[in-house]
Amino acid sequence: MASPSLMDHLFQRTLDDVIKGLRHQQTLESAFIAKVVEDVRREIKSTELPTKSIALQKLTYLNSIHFVDMTWAAFHAIECISSPNFAHKKIGYLAISQSFHESTPVILLITNQLRKDLKSSNEFEVSLALECLSTIGTVDLCRDLTPEVFTLMSSSKVFVGKKAVGVVLRVFGKYPDAVRVCFKRLVESLESSDPQIVSAVVGVFCELASKDPKSYLPLAPEFYKILVDSRNNWVVIKVLKIFSRLAPLEPRLAKRIVEPICDHLRRSGAKSLMLECIMTVLNSLTEYESAVKLAASKIHEFLVDDDLNLKYLGLHALSIAATKQLWVVLENKEVVIKSLSDIDPNVKIASLRLVMAMVSESNVAEICRVLINYALKSDPMFCNEILGSILSTCCRNVYEMIVDFEWYVSLLGEMARVPHCQRGGEIENQLIDIGMRVKDVRPELVRVGRDLLIDPALLGNPYLHRMLCAAAWICGEYVEFSKNPIELIESLIQPRSVLLPSPIRAVYLQSVFKVLVYCLHSYLIQSQNVTCDLSLKVPDVSSIGVETSVSASLKATVDCEQDNLRNSNQSYEDLSILDDGEGDSSVSALLGEKSLTHESVINLLNLIESALGPLSGSFDVEIKERARNVLGFVDLTKQELGDLHIRKPNVNRKELTASAIVELVHEAFSKELGPISVSSQERVPVPVGLILNENLAELDEICGDVQLPSTSSSSLVSPYLGETAGFSTLQSKQDPELSNEAASLLAEHRKRHGLYYLSSEKKEVQTCDYPPANDLNSSTNANDDTQDLVKLTDQSFVLKRKPNHAKPRPVVVKLDEGDVVPLSGKKVESEDDFLSGAVREILLGSEAIPATSTIKPSDKLPSRKKGKEKVNVNLHESKENSAEGEKPDDENPSLKRRNHRSHGKERSRKSSGKKNADEKQGNEDKEKKKSRHHHSRHKAQPRADMPLNVDAQTGIIPDFLL
Amino acid sequence: MIKAVMIINTQGKPRLAKFYDFLTVEKQRELIRSVYGVLCSRAESASNFIDADSIFGPDSRIAYKHYATLYFVFVFDSCENELAMLDLIQVFVETLDKCFTDVCELDIVFNYNKLHTILDEIIFGGQVLETNSAEVMKAIEEISKLEAASNSLTLKTVSGWRNR
Repeated sequence: MASPSLMDHLFQRTLDDVIKGLRHQQTLESAFIAKVVEDVRREIKSTELPTKSIALQKLTYLNSIHFVDMTWAAFHAIECISSPNFAHKKIGYLAISQSFHESTPVILLITNQLRKDLKSSNEFEVSLALECLSTIGTVDLCRDLTPEVFTLMSSSKVFVGKKAVGVVLRVFGKYPDAVRVCFKRLVESLESSDPQIVSAVVGVFCELASKDPKSYLPLAPEFYKILVDSRNNWVVIKVLKIFSRLAPLEPRLAKRIVEPICDHLRRSGAKSLMLECIMTVLNSLTEYESAVKLAASKIHEFLVDDDLNLKYLGLHALSIAATKQLWVVLENKEVVIKSLSDIDPNVKIASLRLVMAMVSESNVAEICRVLINYALKSDPMFCNEILGSILSTCCRNVYEMIVDFEWYVSLLGEMARVPHCQRGGEIENQLIDIGMRVKDVRPELVRVGRDLLIDPALLGNPYLHRMLCAAAWICGEYVEFSKNPIELIESLIQPRSVLLPSPIRAVYLQSVFKVLVYCLHSYLIQSQNVTCDLSLKVPDVSSIGVETSVSASLKATVDCEQDNLRNSNQSYEDLSILDDGEGDSSVSALLGEKSLTHESVINLLNLIESALGPLSGSFDVEIKERARNVLGFVDLTKQELGDLHIRKPNVNRKELTASAIVELVHEAFSKELGPISVSSQERVPVPVGLILNENLAELDEICGDVQLPSTSSSSLVSPYLGETAGFSTLQSKQDPELSNEAASLLAEHRKRHGLYYLSSEKKEVQTCDYPPANDLNSSTNANDDTQDLVKLTDQSFVLKRKPNHAKPRPVVVKLDEGDVVPLSGKKVESEDDFLSGAVREILLGSEAIPATSTIKPSDKLPSRKKGKEKVNVNLHESKENSAEGEKPDDENPSLKRRNHRSHGKERSRKSSGKKNADEKQGNEDKEKKKSRHHHSRHKAQPRADMPLNVDAQTGIIPDFLL
Repeated sequence: MIKAVMIINTQGKPRLAKFYDFLTVEKQRELIRSVYGVLCSRAESASNFIDADSIFGPDSRIAYKHYATLYFVFVFDSCENELAMLDLIQVFVETLDKCFTDVCELDIVFNYNKLHTILDEIIFGGQVLETNSAEVMKAIEEISKLEAASNSLTLKTVSGWRNR
């Protein structure tokens, strides 16, 4: 009967065999692995543990190194850990900690085995179980094993004790109620004589404090002692990490720790400790100038060190300093800028961020020029990193840093010439955004846009298409600033524009339409001037019946072009039927010299017709419809224009029709688009009885895959929907405009008097605005604003900026709170979770005293001491009976669990007694310890006296702090 | 907190992978691959730190050291000091060196279990537990003895079968 398994065992491949085998299978590795797994599946079913454990070992190896699934072997792993053989147990535990997780179905089966091993006399078995618990501990496991862990925490063997302390972190995280059991002992361990235990405890507190620093403030005295006394750098580093979280919460604490930290900083030769001190100072002790100065000098040492690691960390430290202590960065300006050409990409990016942090109103142009030069030289990734950070820095807070918008706009244009530029999308948003917000810069924008459009090379770079889209839109929208509209049209319909994706081509076509209308309009005005001589006036449009109907249909076209395409086309046709003029004619000599000639207009129309003709059959509806619109319009006007200049003094009604249409369309196009707040939609009250979500919910299913145009920060309608959406939102635009009126008036006033306070202007805008739609947001924004302003002023102090700008900053239209993009790093108020609640309860007693700087302990102390005495007495009396009842268990405790608890208690009673004895001889000098001794001496039950003990502690911190 | 420890050879083959939070094998494979991708693109003279936010999520950094054919990689968060992590890698490698006398990649390939034993003595559930390689060695020797003893027990039973 034994023979098959014996055979299995004798011929079983060991892990070494598998590894050797794998090394020889260079090509057929996966087949070999499959074969091994097959063997494992057979062998692992063996009843013999040696066979089973080796199979499991192989599987664990394959799982870890070759990513073979091993979830199916969970039960076999449990069998292995229950073996009395240490080697099997070890294999089993490794497998479990590698493959088990919260939802492993059999995980609860290991509870008993873990308990058994935790109580084992063999410290290495205990260590295996602790290790397992620390990696895979679930809520249930942690709850059920808390008593065992508690016992082990005071184990005489350091090897076990330190691991028991380490596992507490997992236990607390999963089962916060364990705090009531273990916390006191954890705190006591801080004063353990064994450095390994102290190191482990400090590590645990560092992790705990990183999640919820407030709760651990009362332990500051203990940590302080370690900070001053410990000679172990590892421990001091961890304590510094804790202090850097605690210090911001308690100014008096910061005052106490500054000196010891500076001491470490001066004396220590260990770079790691030095780094930690620097970080702590920069993060939490920024008010202490001397400390910051010392840290800054050490940072400088790091930066000029040959070791690249130190340089990197120095830059990292600088980036922390950048937010509050910009002068530290400025002092090391050269190193930072030099690092831009470092070989290490991390160093490069870090220095780029620092350079951007140094940017201010006065040096933005300089820095950007330097950076663009770097971008030209560097690899594509870093190049785009540079461009991206320029873009994001400059547009911060509605371009608050930019004074000379003409410069900035041409910089945006320049970016397109950087060979690796891939930031077309962002540039697009900013071009349009600036176009709408900054009226004065529009001529320059159009110039830049023209330069971009006429360059056929740019069309070949798909990353720049979005940018071209913006250029096209701008040239269409602000065509009145163009020096040469005809050139614009030529560039918009150049042959290479077929390279553009269709949505952008559609924008191009729309711009062609706008520019064309503009050209015709100005041409008509010229000829009107001519006809004026002949005492001819364009009659009022509405007086003529036919025209009103036509104009109505055209208006509709403008409002929603697509829908009414057919309609308007018809009306064009109607008109063209009525028309009977012919095109050939001589040039009107009366036209102005720089303005459009009749011939050039006709040529233009022909050009458009020939270029767009093929597009009227395009498969893309957007292109097709827009092309047809333009073609229809061209068709209509062309014939009439023929008439126009050979016209006789007696008025032809048809030609008036044409000019009236041009007039109307021009009027429609020349309505200005403005920025719209992101939240403007939200402000529209929902009519009573209208349920917005209900009926549309089904739409998601239908058009779930339709991608909505992403709205940019200023909520600008996505450019290729520009026209339609723009018009439809004209009404809603009125509101922000009203609110901006005051702001722009103010700005006008300042401009006139040569005053321009960037900061106060900002505030003005905010105050005269709507009450914020959502309070939370606005408050964080306000904070951001002020922070940024502080920074700005700092910078201007430091940099001694030139006071007089060549020209005043143009008015930048700003909206309400919606304008400032809420930063993603919105501070989330950490809600008190169970763990911190429990810890606070333990440390501060049940009356939740906020452990912040607001404590006035000196006032509170006497009364609280009295109260404490009282409670003390009460507890004394009721201790024995109420011990069980006091258990803060909300869930109904099972009988089993209760048993374990009492187990734990007995042990703890013993051990804490022992501990007391130890402590007694140890340190009796400190008062707080005396009080603790006092309590623990009287109470073997650790849980019951906890709050009291803690009261004593809270009483002490103030002494320490004051 | 240390999030993961990896040893990857210069060809990108993992030699040791320990994650202190559970991850599926697919995820593990992906992470190791992306870490290797970053490592092999870095110049030899570059610093030993990498911002790993893009690979391991926010607040994660990598410290690594390159020894001969192997990269030793520690992934950790802001609760650890960067330079201390480099020291810890040094401790780990020193211990390996003591254990295998002049450790090379082959030792690491064939001593998978021992590697874990050593690592578990240094890092416990993501926390640094022991930074003294002599202490670690002491524990490792004890554990190896214990393992050997229990294995010889197994051999006895096997030979027992044989006699039957």
